[in-house]
Amino acid sequence: MDDTTSEKRERFQNNNLLQAWLVLTLAFIFGISLAGVQAALGPKIEANKIKETMEKVPEVVLGLEAAQKLSESGEALNIQSRIIEVDKKDKKKFYTVYEARFQDNALAGWVAKAGGQGYADKIELLVGIDAQAENITGLFILDQKETPGLGNKISDTAWRNQFVDKPATSPLVVVKDKSQGPSNIDAISGATISSVAVCGIINQTVSDIGPTLTSTKKE
Amino acid sequence: MADQPTALERFVQGILPENPVYRQLLGMCPTLAVTNGMKPAMTMACSVAFVLLCANIVTSLIRGLLKPHLRIVVFTLTIATFVTIADRVLAAYLYQMSKTLGPYIPLIIVNCLIICRCEVCASKQNVFTAASDAVGQSIGFGLALASIAMVRELLGTGGLFGIAILPTAWPDWVIMVLPPGAFITLGLLLGCVNWLEMRRS
Repeated sequence: MDDTTSEKRERFQNNNLLQAWLVLTLAFIFGISLAGVQAALGPKIEANKIKETMEKVPEVVLGLEAAQKLSESGEALNIQSRIIEVDKKDKKKFYTVYEARFQDNALAGWVAKAGGQGYADKIELLVGIDAQAENITGLFILDQKETPGLGNKISDTAWRNQFVDKPATSPLVVVKDKSQGPSNIDAISGATISSVAVCGIINQTVSDIGPTLTSTKKE
Repeated sequence: MADQPTALERFVQGILPENPVYRQLLGMCPTLAVTNGMKPAMTMACSVAFVLLCANIVTSLIRGLLKPHLRIVVFTLTIATFVTIADRVLAAYLYQMSKTLGPYIPLIIVNCLIICRCEVCASKQNVFTAASDAVGQSIGFGLALASIAMVRELLGTGGLFGIAILPTAWPDWVIMVLPPGAFITLGLLLGCVNWLEMRRS
């Protein structure tokens, strides 16, 4: 009788779940506190992301100087976001597009958020398109992890300014010999892949959402 | 407990005699990855300090309940919780910095320095000793990151904390802010520390 009791007790003490009571309790407490942290900070983090995008929209649509002039005069663009759905052969692609209007409701332009594979990691960018959906008005890099000193020059103002006033109706071409052309973009030396990646993302985006924007304009 | 170091000894040891980077060679991943500038390096040092302090205190509080074969799980669980809190706080209040540091904040979870301190000190000694150990080690880690980041940012960009210091004629040694610069700097500084140590004894 004694033997079986002590055996039972031993088996009870060796029970895996029972041994792990501390781990389970801690996991539960930590889980609840993390949920609390997320509930408290989550909206703020989301707001940070949206704020960054919203701040850049006027600059990408109007150019830096005009955007500053506009904000100095106390006016602001009305920005509305919408999702544009593009049917691909086998899947659907979604673009977040910001529609910017002046105070008198005249259309200032669109800004599309797009992303794609760069040299090191995903590149996320904003590309601005004018109200006629014919020209690119600006480019801003939201997120990139390209090589510091080489590929991360895609964020430089000087390089990004090349995209201003390039046609949105024909694809951009990356060149290495600085040759001039309506759609030519000079590659960053030492970072051809990053340069091509950015142009590729823009070409893809513009050709995907271009038809939708043109039809919206006519409405 | 007679052979365990006191709180003061723990504190002092962490800073130089048992410096986590130069003497224990722990926490190499952030040491190499985020020291291309003073700002990210100092943010990393602060995050590690926060996680180490909290993890040491919690581990020390529950040290009587730890079972030998489950202790690492408990350490990892504790560390992961505080790292996640640090990550969320950075994303909420220092959004740009959190984007710069990217995956290296979540990677603090696997920073051996913190598990090592939980194992060596916090799981054996009282809360006060564990806390002073954490503070000492954090200062040591912060100093080490600062020393490497200072060399790399100064030579690589001619400035510190993003403010230009060297004359504009300085040709920025871009390699210093690239990954190879981290290895070169750490190797040379580690060599210097060892050389000084040899001369002293």
